[in-house]
Amino acid sequence: MEQVAEAPLRAAAPARTRSETIAFLIMAAILIIAPFFTYPLFLMQVMCFALFACAFNLLIGYVGLLSFGHALYFGWASYVCAHAAKVWGLTPELAIIAGTLTAAGLGLIAGLLAIRRQGIYFAMITLALAQMMYFFALQAKFTGGEDGIQGVPRGKLFGVFDLGHTMTMYVVVLVIFLGCFLLIHRIINSPFGEVLKAIRENEARAISLGYKTDRYKLMAFVLSATLAGTAGATKAIVLQIASLTDVNWPMSGEVVLMTLVGGLGTIFGPVIGAFVILTMQYKLAPVGEWVLVIQGVIFVACVLLFRRGIVGELARIFKIKL
Amino acid sequence: MFEIFGIPSQALFGQLLIGLINGSFYALLSLGLAVIFGMLNIINFAHGAQYMLAAFAAYILLTTLDIGYWPALIIAPLIVGAFGMVLERTMLQWLYKLDHLYGLLLTFGLALIIEGTARNFYGSAGLPYRVPDSLQGGQNLGFMFLPNYRAWVIVASMIVCFGTWFMIERTRLGAYLRAATENPTLVRAFGINVPRMITLTYGFGVALAALAGVMAAPIYNVSPQMGSELIIVVFAVVVIGGMGSILGAIITGFGLGVIEGLTKVFFPEASSTVIFVIMAIVLLVRPSGLFGRRI
Repeated sequence: MEQVAEAPLRAAAPARTRSETIAFLIMAAILIIAPFFTYPLFLMQVMCFALFACAFNLLIGYVGLLSFGHALYFGWASYVCAHAAKVWGLTPELAIIAGTLTAAGLGLIAGLLAIRRQGIYFAMITLALAQMMYFFALQAKFTGGEDGIQGVPRGKLFGVFDLGHTMTMYVVVLVIFLGCFLLIHRIINSPFGEVLKAIRENEARAISLGYKTDRYKLMAFVLSATLAGTAGATKAIVLQIASLTDVNWPMSGEVVLMTLVGGLGTIFGPVIGAFVILTMQYKLAPVGEWVLVIQGVIFVACVLLFRRGIVGELARIFKIKL
Repeated sequence: MFEIFGIPSQALFGQLLIGLINGSFYALLSLGLAVIFGMLNIINFAHGAQYMLAAFAAYILLTTLDIGYWPALIIAPLIVGAFGMVLERTMLQWLYKLDHLYGLLLTFGLALIIEGTARNFYGSAGLPYRVPDSLQGGQNLGFMFLPNYRAWVIVASMIVCFGTWFMIERTRLGAYLRAATENPTLVRAFGINVPRMITLTYGFGVALAALAGVMAAPIYNVSPQMGSELIIVVFAVVVIGGMGSILGAIITGFGLGVIEGLTKVFFPEASSTVIFVIMAIVLLVRPSGLFGRRI
């Protein structure tokens, strides 16, 4: 993914942290004000998918690994969270933690297998493993098969705050989203993150410098899966449903599309991408199956003409880091 | 009627036959993927969609123009192969200098476009395609009943697979192809038009998928999602076999089809996941694949 990554990195010079801080404050401010102007439920969904895309971007954008099976972590976390909240009667924060840990475990297993191959094979392996777990979800009793797990109770956060109130739920999702976003930002700019970028640029060189790159790749993979799990689990509480759609391969494709549209390897790209794609899906819902065609066209257009994505292009034009 | 391991022979051989049929399609599709990957360094995600497109082409030829199975077996791969060459000239050729992953993303987008368009016009339900009259009926082999059409699919795909292997490994054209895979610049210096060869290779790989699509039409129903379901399994097959070897792709394809069929007899719950499980085991034991070169 060198072609994408180089541009934002070169523009990194002095304005780097300032532009990111300003952009972060603008994003936070918009997310605080927005629920008074548009549907909070839609915004919460956007934040869940934005977090999902940010987690995915951690792998493709900063380690150069294309996972085509991220629906696995998103969907299974969502199932476990929904099951924990509905059947076990856990409070929402514990249910979300249960979902997140499930995703971490699955990420560890899938990661151990997938990092044994590179590039194109890595993408095919992650896709195949995700499809395998899709079949498990289809057959397992607790997932409810075609119906999914419906009517998941939102419950009371810490047993105190009733998440049935939309605005309370909104604040919780906002805190989770911003918290995880800052965490990802921290990871990327930590010494660990620098090693990841080194692996992306030149793995052989990183190895010769003494880094155990497989371990770094595995750790990045698990982190990405875990955060994708947090997104899926939160989504299950917000929309009160976990279904097969969340574990199936089109979902994996969707998160790739969101990240690609926003800009691979940019911190804010996946957020913008998630917003754009979800908005498009809502606006185009009446045209039915054409949504699939339009998504395909966007994929093709992005790859052929627009490889930096929206945020990547903005960063290039204004010579800042986003 | 007799029993093997407590399973009636009829059921055992029946599933074995289905396994061989599925294996034929795995082999044809993974062969196409391997040929394309060798020349273009692109994993053709649209492979499944092109397979589906050919099944629809055969269906449309039959229902609107009254063109039957045998002509369709030639015409549909030609149409879809030509369509593939147009895609290569207009889109794929701009990606060769970029990371391999962009090829995957682009062809994934193409797959969505093709599948979405098919769903818009034909819905998600399967459309039946009749077995041609000349292959109706079947043979009673004593231990099982062998439908003629299924026997034809297995024999035909084996011939096509080994024909492809022969062409690539044993003819002059194949030698050019292999040389261009190793070092395109040098082959160009010898006066061979490599870009045209790449286009034709892509067309050929796509035509192989299309041939599989037409052969599949009378066995499975013709439906828009028939390709995307298959292609993910074929990816696993390719990971197991490794794309370095043509013969490897063929053997892995048939072999995994048979294993999948046997799983259906002895442990039906695992039949949809067995190939993925094998993939996981192969990755642990032999990460570069059974026939793959170390990368």
